[in-house]
Amino acid sequence: MADLSVQVAGVSFANPLIAASGTFGFGREYSEFYPLSRLGGISCKGITLMRRDGNPPPRIAETPSGILNAVGLQNPGVDAFIRDDLPWLKEQGTVVIANIAGNTVEEYCRMAEKLSETDVDMMEMNISCPNVKSGGVQFGTSCESVAHITRAVRAHCRKPLVVKLSPNVTDIASIAQAAEAEGADALSMINTLTGMKIDIYTRRPIIRNNTGGLSGAAVFPVAVRMVWQVSNAVKIPIIGMGGITTWEDAIEMLLAGATALQIGTVLFSDPYAPIKISEGVNRFLDENNIQSVTELTGAVKPW
Amino acid sequence: MKYDVRQLGLISNEEIAAGIFDMKLAYGENKIPVVCGQFAHVYVPGKSLRRPISVCDARNGVLRLVYQVKGEGTRIMSQMKPGASVDVLAPLGNGFRIQSGRRYALIGGGIGVPPMLYTAAKCEDPLVITGFRDASLVILQDDFRRAGAEPLLCTDNGSVGKKGFVTGLLREKMEQVDEICACGPLPMLRAIAELCKEFGKPCQVSLEERMACGVGACLVCAVRVQKNGEELMQHVCKNGPVFNAEEVVWNG
Ligand SMILES: Cc1cc2nc3c(=O)[nH]c(=O)nc-3n(C[C@H](O)[C@H](O)[C@H](O)COP(=O)(O)OP(=O)(O)OC[C@H]3O[C@@H](n4cnc5c(N)ncnc54)[C@H](O)[C@@H]3O)c2cc1C
Ligand SMILES: Cc1cc2nc3c(=O)[nH]c(=O)nc-3n(C[C@H](O)[C@H](O)[C@H](O)COP(=O)(O)O)c2cc1C
Ligand code: FES
Repeated sequence: MADLSVQVAGVSFANPLIAASGTFGFGREYSEFYPLSRLGGISCKGITLMRRDGNPPPRIAETPSGILNAVGLQNPGVDAFIRDDLPWLKEQGTVVIANIAGNTVEEYCRMAEKLSETDVDMMEMNISCPNVKSGGVQFGTSCESVAHITRAVRAHCRKPLVVKLSPNVTDIASIAQAAEAEGADALSMINTLTGMKIDIYTRRPIIRNNTGGLSGAAVFPVAVRMVWQVSNAVKIPIIGMGGITTWEDAIEMLLAGATALQIGTVLFSDPYAPIKISEGVNRFLDENNIQSVTELTGAVKPW
Repeated sequence: MKYDVRQLGLISNEEIAAGIFDMKLAYGENKIPVVCGQFAHVYVPGKSLRRPISVCDARNGVLRLVYQVKGEGTRIMSQMKPGASVDVLAPLGNGFRIQSGRRYALIGGGIGVPPMLYTAAKCEDPLVITGFRDASLVILQDDFRRAGAEPLLCTDNGSVGKKGFVTGLLREKMEQVDEICACGPLPMLRAIAELCKEFGKPCQVSLEERMACGVGACLVCAVRVQKNGEELMQHVCKNGPVFNAEEVVWNG
């Protein structure tokens, strides 16, 4: 049994497999499949200052080796999360990451302030949601806006701060550097790639929001490339995600430069995927006489 | 643990009408009991999303799914052969609430008819009304008879049974029943809901929405409902698929 534990910004994870924000709710449903302590951590559904109902359905479409979603940040609001969900989550024996999103910089700051008073383990700042009309992705697409929001939220956030990056940009490495320079403790990437699917008979987009965010195996090579580029550009740790489906994918993402991993879309076909992936990684380490999973991080040998 | 993914042995998978298949899976006796109106989330090899299919029947240790081939997922399902093992997450959702001492009208439209079979088996002397577009699409009539309910039949074009919609038959029989359960296309459900309101009869409807997780975590299968005068989002997979008709915001 190799050592699967990892550290991200001073927080210890029993293994590197974290449920990806938005695919796992606040954990209650999947706790009816297996104890959540089998996961390294949970990144909660994105929360906003006030309750949001999200977009009208359909909110999902299937595409080759992937899916498009446009949930539109449906959530009960930060106060309800702290009151109704966080106490339960904290009893599950896994790291709890609060994922926050807002319409304005001030909203992010107020949420960071409120969550700093709680016992969440980390905050993940989503500046990359493609499915809401204002806010979301607009904060994540230029170095100036990323620097501005990271600096502002950093001043209010007394927990480790993870900045979640959008892949819908031209130069992700410089965006990552802007977040690092303003005090991000870690980065998570990638959020979904904006996409579209049209029904050729009705000529209507399948998703009511017209466009949605692409995730799943289809985006995996893009995610690996981006994690690799960013890991070469920053010193802070990276939580890698985007299409991880098998334990081989997990190893690949670690080699590209990730310290921990988030697992999303694959849960929809196999709810047990994070556990199977963690077991597969463990086997790989044992078979190759690698003592600790941390030895894989960034160990790719580029030409 | 409330949820479990199981590999179920495929007993048979026959085409029972044009493009409509009847899949029987060995479910066993000691598994989680299935409530009528619940659904199964079926894994399709090579697909990112499972396919939600209502439980048509769950008696005698056999899980029966009757489905229409629509796109690639259901086409792949239709090619599965006896002896294969099918990866199924079931039973999911909240089904029809059936109380004893009440007479139910069970209304199925098209591919909404299958879940009414297991529901009929759970009711005392139900009134079953089935509607189809055309004679070639009529299914499960003998199965209802074997379950002890003589189904009334109508088709849009009158090619078999009475010509017209299920709502016409329901209106005629409304005085004979206490409560209505319905599954079928949205316009049909909306019309039934209006009819029930007119007659002051409670009505439960089974809704469809595109799904991912099937258990209430990903929030993609949203439906707008009203409760205590307030509108809110619920989810077909977890709060439904069966809803009280008067709670559904039909143009939401
Ligand atoms: C609770 C519930 C119960 C259902 N019960 C039955 C049943 O008993 N028999 C039956 O024939 N069909 C039933 N359906 C509809 C069935 O799920 C779809 O016809 C099927 O998913 C289509 O898959 P496909 O790959 O063939 O089509 P595609 O169009 O290729 O599917 C693409 C994606 O859209 C989704 N999708 C397409 N149409 C629907 C739909 N109408 N509802 C939900 N998702 C859809 C698919 O699941 C898939 O994710 C039910 C749906 C729900 C939500
Ligand atoms: C249905 C769905 C909802 C999501 N909601 C959020 C969210 O609220 N906040 C967020 O930061 N990311 C959200 N994401 C993005 C995922 O966290 C993840 O970045 C992305 O899906 C890539 O990983 P995957 O391919 O393993 O799913 C969502 C993804 C999906 C599929
Ligand atoms: S399918 Fe995930 S919440 Fe209904």
